[in-house]
Amino acid sequence: MTDTQSGLLSSQHDWSSAAARKRVKRRYAADRRLQFYGIGAIALSILLLGVLFSSLMFTGYVAFYTTKVALEVPFAADQFDKDKLGDANYRGIAKTAFLTYFPEVTSRAEQRNLVKIMSSGAPYIIRDFVVANPDRIGSTVTIQVPVSDPFDQLYKGVIPRYIDALGQDRIALFEKLQRRNVIKIEGGKAFAATDIFVNPAEIPDGDITKADLHGMVREGFAAYYPKQTSRAYQEILAEDASTQVLRAKIEAEPGIVGKTVTLMLPLAPAYDELARTGASKIVNPRFGDKAEFVWFDKLISAGAISTPFTWELFTNADSRYPELAGLAGALSGSFFALLVCFLLSFPIGIATAVYLEEFAPKNKWTDLVEVNINNLAAVPSVVFGLLGLALFINTFGLPRSAPLVGGMVLALMTLPTIIVATRAALKGVPPSIREAALGVGASKHQVMLHHVIPLSLPGILTGTIIGLAQALGETAPLLLIGMNAFIPSIENMGLTQPAMALPTQIFSWADSPERGFVSRTSAAIMVLLGFLVIMNILAVYLRRKFERKW
Amino acid sequence: MEHQVVEGSKPVTVPALDPTITARGVNVFYGDKQAIFDVDVDVPRNAITSFIGPSGCGKSTFLRCINRMNDTIPICTVTGDIRIDGEDIYDPRLDVVELRARVGMVFQKPNPFPKSIYENIAYGPRIHGLTRSKKELDELVEKCLEKAGLLKEVKDRMNEPGTGLSGGQQQRLCIARAIATRPEVILMDEPCSALDPIATAKVEELMEELKENYTIIIVTHSMQQAARVSQRTAFFHLGKLVENGDTRQIFTNPSDKRTQDYITGRFG
Repeated sequence: MTDTQSGLLSSQHDWSSAAARKRVKRRYAADRRLQFYGIGAIALSILLLGVLFSSLMFTGYVAFYTTKVALEVPFAADQFDKDKLGDANYRGIAKTAFLTYFPEVTSRAEQRNLVKIMSSGAPYIIRDFVVANPDRIGSTVTIQVPVSDPFDQLYKGVIPRYIDALGQDRIALFEKLQRRNVIKIEGGKAFAATDIFVNPAEIPDGDITKADLHGMVREGFAAYYPKQTSRAYQEILAEDASTQVLRAKIEAEPGIVGKTVTLMLPLAPAYDELARTGASKIVNPRFGDKAEFVWFDKLISAGAISTPFTWELFTNADSRYPELAGLAGALSGSFFALLVCFLLSFPIGIATAVYLEEFAPKNKWTDLVEVNINNLAAVPSVVFGLLGLALFINTFGLPRSAPLVGGMVLALMTLPTIIVATRAALKGVPPSIREAALGVGASKHQVMLHHVIPLSLPGILTGTIIGLAQALGETAPLLLIGMNAFIPSIENMGLTQPAMALPTQIFSWADSPERGFVSRTSAAIMVLLGFLVIMNILAVYLRRKFERKW
Repeated sequence: MEHQVVEGSKPVTVPALDPTITARGVNVFYGDKQAIFDVDVDVPRNAITSFIGPSGCGKSTFLRCINRMNDTIPICTVTGDIRIDGEDIYDPRLDVVELRARVGMVFQKPNPFPKSIYENIAYGPRIHGLTRSKKELDELVEKCLEKAGLLKEVKDRMNEPGTGLSGGQQQRLCIARAIATRPEVILMDEPCSALDPIATAKVEELMEELKENYTIIIVTHSMQQAARVSQRTAFFHLGKLVENGDTRQIFTNPSDKRTQDYITGRFG
């Protein structure tokens, strides 16, 4: 107590020196920098999340309404057999009802194209209506049926009627010809003024029918692209028509054989339009013909088109046609799989955690088990899928594609999460509570059941729900056990029936070429995210509820 | 009364009349480390015995041997002989759960269950089947609260959480909980160390009343408390019992130098 005056512990330090002030300044700067990094990281993640959500909503919101056409369907009594209501000619009924909008279209071929505007599912919608309302037979009913996917997308403004026929590189090639004044426009049509050498060697025996006129045209035109390695320029000429022009010229003037002539060769339609109008548009290949636009516009002006909310997204099963595809099958598959997953992983997980945490002796074996449980949490989910495939399906012979097996595989995946969360929750119960219970003479299991588990329940439930939420979004293991079955019907949904789950449904829709599946995919992701958010809110709510009580 | 005065490692012991608890040759090990060395103690019936000593001297460890709380620590082993009313409590045929009901315990930090005040007290009697009807249980709860001097304060909020009470009230609730299983002995492990002086005074008053019916052992850091409330005192040092005898004699005329040094504040 007396030696503090000397040496290092003396209070002679100058706290106001320049060096000290500098040190303080640096410390404050470091504090601020650290805060700034944190804020920056959070801002970046919020931004990315915002981009994700807005792009999802932007592409997905159109899936929540469907373009529908109202059909006036007269249900004549003679069309139906009372005992077999499902067997009537609904295709004919739908077609007739739809064609009443177009009395002027009479040719069969045109009618066939016209009916394509209506979804292929229309007959089934009408059938389901009749089966559900047999009393309406004899009256005329207005039924809304979806239009087929391209028109649905067109009406929503997702796809255009016409698209650019030519890419930038093709246009650049063509502009070369225009700069050299090769392209002429005569009588509303564009031509390429091409020098062609009429090679006598190519006309065997002077017989023009055996001549390789194609080759001559190609060779003559290729001279304008001496350095071009790609053959893209060959698309510019309408080759068959150009050959006709050459043939006609040779037939008219046989004397030109062996000479070079300048011919006005017609262009392919897209280039012809490009030459005349400066831009080349063609009908979007998702549609057949311009006439379909006229018909569709007529439907719009007749007020037959409406866009109600897509309840079908939740009530329909999967379909090859995006306008009919719904999530009902995937929702039920995910529900059953999660149910199995919960029923297996919750009790097993809690029992494991309680045993390991409270009863197991501390030795090498329990250490090994503990390490392996932690490792299990890090195993890629696809491996669990393989395990499920090898064990549950191949060895145990359980049905493939079934939610039962899916749930079992997901349970394997969820178990480590639940065990780890439960152990953490059990550890979090203060020892004083255990002592208090032991002190009044509670046995070990009474301490657990009456005190420790109820107190750790919020943590256990949170862990379980987080684990289940992970399982809900898991795709890979379900793909491996075949839970991506295409099930276009919502009958026969159950534990052992082939099924789809939400993430595999998203996966399969994302893989489909039809344009409507793009928005359907986004919508399905929104539904999945919605469920995840609900589950997480539930977890937070449960934790709050149990914690607030005591 | 035999007055044995021996300096050094041999404890100075004045035998108690009519002991409830007799401990002979008790050793406690945590793994390889020995925490208690060959302790002999007698605890008199219906009186308060205090265990004093510096931190880490083993007084709490020894206390926890008496209701076999040390059994819950896997690496802890106890040898020797501890008897309550002549019954060996380390007899393998003895049910440890029943023992803990018969030897109540109050801990350093008030630790009511995070349940209602009623449930806190009713829990012990319920798991041991001490009452036959709801009415009997209600009466028992009320009686325990009354004994613990808490009834007036909590009568109207029996269904509110016990954790919502003040620290002193919580500790009295824990005492009420301990007596609800009708124990013969109550062990108190520094029951007042987390309480303010007023709450401490209330708990001490309560102990004074309870000693009429119970044998009480209190571990305390406060020598004033030991002197105020206890009739017998045992002084522990480095895992050994140094002196055990009448409280007044220990505080006024200690036989061992270490005891004297401790109670006069030379170390501890």
